[in-house]
Amino acid sequence: MSNSCPTIEAIERSYRRADLPAFRSGDTVRVHALISEGGKDRVQVFEGVCIHRKKGGGRGSFTVRKVSHGVGVERVWPENSPRVVKVELVSRGRVRRAKLYYLRDLSGNAARIREKLGDYAELLSGAPSAATESDVQLAEGALSDDKPAD
Amino acid sequence: MKLQPGMLAKKLGMTQIFLEDGTRVPVTVLSVRGNTVVAHRTMERDGYTALQIGFDEQKPHRMTKADLGRFKQANVAPRRFVREFRVDAEVLAKHPVGSELAPAFAEGQFVDVIGMTKGKGFQGGMRRHKLGGKPNTHGTHEYFRHGGSIGCRLTPGKVHPGKRMPGHLGAVRQTAQNLRVAKVLADQGVLLVRGPVPGAANEYVTVQFARKVSARQAHGST
Repeated sequence: MSNSCPTIEAIERSYRRADLPAFRSGDTVRVHALISEGGKDRVQVFEGVCIHRKKGGGRGSFTVRKVSHGVGVERVWPENSPRVVKVELVSRGRVRRAKLYYLRDLSGNAARIREKLGDYAELLSGAPSAATESDVQLAEGALSDDKPAD
Repeated sequence: MKLQPGMLAKKLGMTQIFLEDGTRVPVTVLSVRGNTVVAHRTMERDGYTALQIGFDEQKPHRMTKADLGRFKQANVAPRRFVREFRVDAEVLAKHPVGSELAPAFAEGQFVDVIGMTKGKGFQGGMRRHKLGGKPNTHGTHEYFRHGGSIGCRLTPGKVHPGKRMPGHLGAVRQTAQNLRVAKVLADQGVLLVRGPVPGAANEYVTVQFARKVSARQAHGST
């Protein structure tokens, strides 16, 4: 669903942000997002598994799921929302699907996602990854199972 | 009474923008660049005063000679989409023939957008008029999406005009009223209007100041 209209693309580009780490579904992320409380905004940290990430130019979104006091909680943010202050990548997960909606039906150990092994130190340090190369590498890493990417 | 003409525009498509507080706003992108005054309508000659506006240039060989003559008279390049806007007589002088209209709309204002809706072809009553259809069970036989009875018997002996039935849907002129102007990108000649407007992308639409807003503001609601 790409826009062929350059004007619309330019508008969307003006709202895009480059500071998000290259996370994907299955990854555990820590989202620092603004919530409004009593008329004031404050930052709340929401840590969980990213179960959906849609990339749509300026219109992408992602869902983070966590189990809080035995209750599953999911929050959806637009990728370029100014209310998302920061996203930290906590760990990479080994998954075989792009959308992890099946996690909703699982609980306990079954709902755990195995961590993907490999050298992601650079990404995990919280440095915003600008290069899409690393994304490609990681995608390959996912295909070749647990073999560490170089 | 009418101090400013509306504008002609091309619907480019839809996208979203974010406000400063993070609210996501769905917007339609309208290109309004190149609104040119093609002719004046005056009280003496025509019995009413209006500005004739042309939009989007057309290749001369694609027009009839009669149409070309009109543009030649005004000394402007031929335009594909021409509409008139009724304005007060004194406004005419501000917009001489051949001049270009600057985007007159400001952020937060309300506009009406007129366009041709997408044609949907011949559609059944359920889609066209939101008829209810019939139950899927309890013995319904070949009557699932029908409209039901269309009248009585000898009295009145006819189907009342306006009875909702299947037929052609869409491809009609429609006005989307009271749309808020979310943003004006004057340098690009682009208007961002909150919400959808009639028609497909690349369709021509007319943008006017909202007719009803004054009444609505008088009642104190947004």
